[in-house]
Amino acid sequence: MSEKIKFTIDGKECYAEPGQTILEAALDNGVYIPSLCYLKDVIPAGSCRICNVKVAGRFMTACTTPVAMGMEVENDIPELNELRVSIIEMLFVSGNHFCPACEKSGNCELQALAYKYTMMVPRYPYLFPEKKPDSGNKKLFIDRNRCILCKRCIRAVKDEQGRSLFAFKNRGNELAISLDHELAENISDELAEEAMEICPVGSILKKEKGFQQPIGHRKFDKQAIGSDIKSVIK
Amino acid sequence: MSKPVVATTSLAGCFGCHMSLLDIDERILDLIELVEFNKSPIDDIKVFTKQCDIGLIEGGCCNSENVEVLRAFRKQCKILVSLGECAIMGGLPALRNGIPIKECIDEAYLNGPTVSENTEKILPNDDELPMLLDKVYPCHEVVKIDYYLPGCPPRADLIWNALIALVTGDEMELPYEVVKFD
Repeated sequence: MSEKIKFTIDGKECYAEPGQTILEAALDNGVYIPSLCYLKDVIPAGSCRICNVKVAGRFMTACTTPVAMGMEVENDIPELNELRVSIIEMLFVSGNHFCPACEKSGNCELQALAYKYTMMVPRYPYLFPEKKPDSGNKKLFIDRNRCILCKRCIRAVKDEQGRSLFAFKNRGNELAISLDHELAENISDELAEEAMEICPVGSILKKEKGFQQPIGHRKFDKQAIGSDIKSVIK
Repeated sequence: MSKPVVATTSLAGCFGCHMSLLDIDERILDLIELVEFNKSPIDDIKVFTKQCDIGLIEGGCCNSENVEVLRAFRKQCKILVSLGECAIMGGLPALRNGIPIKECIDEAYLNGPTVSENTEKILPNDDELPMLLDKVYPCHEVVKIDYYLPGCPPRADLIWNALIALVTGDEMELPYEVVKFD
């Protein structure tokens, strides 16, 4: 078996398997690096930039950067947290995030990150962009107003043959996720539910399922995101 | 020393934030010891009778009257607080922001499924009625807002903590459970 790689996060000694990214290794070592587009065991996209860490004075996304021997990673520092908050605020104003009316509220990872950093109001002006939802599928409802373009669905929601049910269409400002209606026509309840889980926000919803947990019993009502990751190093 | 004066109003809101203020329960007795209310639906004072220290704004701006009231509050209050999601980002009324105003009015008065008696196809046109704005605006895009209390409604404890902090000048307590967006 190959040697473990020794490195540090905020001065704390950590160990990584060869080839592991900073984010994976951090989780294994019980260190929380905030992330949004990252999904365990799925090829990382590095699209949300929330997991930005500082290595040797440079910013890099922890989800795409492999650990190297002796790396000194800075994570929970004011400079990075300030950047992360500004990204979260930007995501809030660049979509239409009506939390009070959202089925995912309380279980939404974007909202949970805003809670974690006690975001009271975004510093940027609201854009109120026009986005078209897609209700064409029998089991799934796609609300692009809430989409943060993290590509989680594209990377992780696949049929038995490994084909992606979702894809990007258009470019730049017009970039949007779209559902392959032919592939998804006979989507199983399980996969539809999984798709809803995979979406960090309320953009992919399983029809006739929402507001099932009362306020106070949802994932992030009482516990901050990442607070379940406990240090394994004494 | 005289008590700090508080004014409150509901613009394009549902009065849920005001209900949440009442949710401080018996602490309302402490509150009336600490502050005096001026223009507010709580004491039904309709016009400002003096300069106020704290103005609580519920709801965003969806029409010309909202803008006028909000500007009056900015003039009369030393500190303005956006109370709740609607004041902060337009909230549910802002769901119409992606729809042209003409379409909204037509849907409400001509084409909606519950419209049955408007055979003459009259749209509201009385001079007394406030004009609808092209979209719903967050309060801080109309006047300067000093503080923000998110929530739909903001938790009673959040409102209480904020008022206490403003009155005493101490730093505000912000426990995880009280800062929520729904």
